[in-house]
Amino acid sequence: MDLAQPVSGIPFLITSTIKVAVMFGVVFLAVTYATLAERRVSAFIQDRLGPNRVGPFGLLQPIADGLKNLLKEESFPNSASRFYFVLGPMLAMTPALVTFAVIPFAAPLPTSWGVVDMIVADVPIGVLYILALSSLAVYGIVIGGWASNNKYAFLGGLRASAQMVSYEVALGLSLIVVLMLTGNVTLTEVVWKQQQLGLWYAFPLSLGFILFVISAFAETNRLPFDMPEAESELITGFHTEYSAIKFSMFFIAEYAHMITASALMATLFLGGWDLPGTWDNAFWYGGSLISGFDAQGSPIMATPALWKTLLTFASFVAKTGFFVLLYIWVRWTLPRFRYDQVMHLGWKILLPSALAYMMIVASTILILDQIGIIYGFTYGLVLTAVSILCTLAFVFYLDRGRIIEGAAVQKNGVIKKNPVAGN
Amino acid sequence: MAVTVKSMHRPDPGRTSYLRAALKGMFLTLRHMVRPHKITQQYPEEQTELSPRWRGTHRMEVHADGRPKCVACGLCPTVCPANCIRLIGGEDDQGNRYPIVYEIDEFRCIFCGMCQEVCPVEAIHVGRDFENAEYSRDRFVYDLDRLMNADYPVTLLWDPEDQKSE
Repeated sequence: MDLAQPVSGIPFLITSTIKVAVMFGVVFLAVTYATLAERRVSAFIQDRLGPNRVGPFGLLQPIADGLKNLLKEESFPNSASRFYFVLGPMLAMTPALVTFAVIPFAAPLPTSWGVVDMIVADVPIGVLYILALSSLAVYGIVIGGWASNNKYAFLGGLRASAQMVSYEVALGLSLIVVLMLTGNVTLTEVVWKQQQLGLWYAFPLSLGFILFVISAFAETNRLPFDMPEAESELITGFHTEYSAIKFSMFFIAEYAHMITASALMATLFLGGWDLPGTWDNAFWYGGSLISGFDAQGSPIMATPALWKTLLTFASFVAKTGFFVLLYIWVRWTLPRFRYDQVMHLGWKILLPSALAYMMIVASTILILDQIGIIYGFTYGLVLTAVSILCTLAFVFYLDRGRIIEGAAVQKNGVIKKNPVAGN
Repeated sequence: MAVTVKSMHRPDPGRTSYLRAALKGMFLTLRHMVRPHKITQQYPEEQTELSPRWRGTHRMEVHADGRPKCVACGLCPTVCPANCIRLIGGEDDQGNRYPIVYEIDEFRCIFCGMCQEVCPVEAIHVGRDFENAEYSRDRFVYDLDRLMNADYPVTLLWDPEDQKSE
């Protein structure tokens, strides 16, 4: 097959430029529409309708909002540090947008110049790049909070740094199981290995999935972990002093983070753009695009097609959308944790659980490799069984230890302090 | 209409697990999310039915020949607690009194409806209308022509025999 060659030379530059431009546009559009989704879904949850006036179903609302924020007067607090005050929102927004570059969003697309990978930059350090850049985002928040010279903003920035650092640890550790099973940090390979396993990692690594979702919520400062904002305590935390487009940039950063985290969760644990079946599998192996291996271990060539690319792209969008919806749904359901509860959850529950789970998965993988089970569906099933046990143990522990109730328990008409809670 | 107090008998919450409570909450919000019944009223298209005793923008009743029913007795500016009615009365050749100037400042009006209650000839009324937005402040002083040309229904006075205005 002549066409099953990767694009190179000038066509590579052209296709890459197009991919960058399109990706940037699509992510930006997704961000603006995530704000609309947030408002509409929150309205539906509260039995309201939400914004439905601007355009059909309110679809032009984000544009109206953006325009309004662009035209609004910018204010600079007198005592703010002007340079860092402007730098803050920029630093917050940029990492959120560039992380999308390494996430594969569809099956390779055949063109007359060769096969184009549906990923902006297939860098070999994929996951590390995302971890490095997403933790940069906290600088924007901290600098913005500090430069405002406002107590609330400052406290918000402080909390953001503490929270980000704590949850980065749990996030990284829950990721390690994925990397162990994949044997690589490239996201294209993560997708490929999930296709090979015949199971999305959410099943064989279910506890890792749960821990990752919880840490990702904390990483993106979304409720129930929105300590840096915490409206009822800190007004709006780090962006209290911001207005107009600078506020908008913080807002965009938050939603871009949310979408990137959703895409990452979809890629790492729900198979990325993969759809059930082997028809869409594609991976660069020894210079040619293959869809799998036959019984003798020799590669089967893949046949990329436009419809495959479109279908897999739709699947990627659906999975990402599901997580975005989950983010919004959780935000409008769960109340905010107290600051000490957030820290407790991060350091005393998520971190040890992730460590223990990592050990269990590592030993299982080692045993499976030692007794000679080939990486495939059976391999995945064994891991699934082990992970379900781990998840049950985790849930049991969480459920047993953490009981909530009012400040006092009424018993036989007498209000008593709860002896179990201890305080 | 007596004010009623609804007392909620909530079950004793006792002790519940955070995890289970959170999941329960998630299902509750999901149920509301997919519930088709939304309580938002789509205002300009969907109008609320106003109570027959709704006290809104004024209107002046007219005789069949187009003259205002007002006899310029001066009771309404006297009774008006917000002092928003300006009335200058006149008398024609037959000795009938009529208003030369009759102005109501809707900004100062508190819509108590006492002008309607006090009017001996049932001329001035408060109306069942609330959509009186304007682009300039001076448009809020309604003159006699505007009060006479109003097309909204007038307010029903409170009747002790018919407490719910049925």
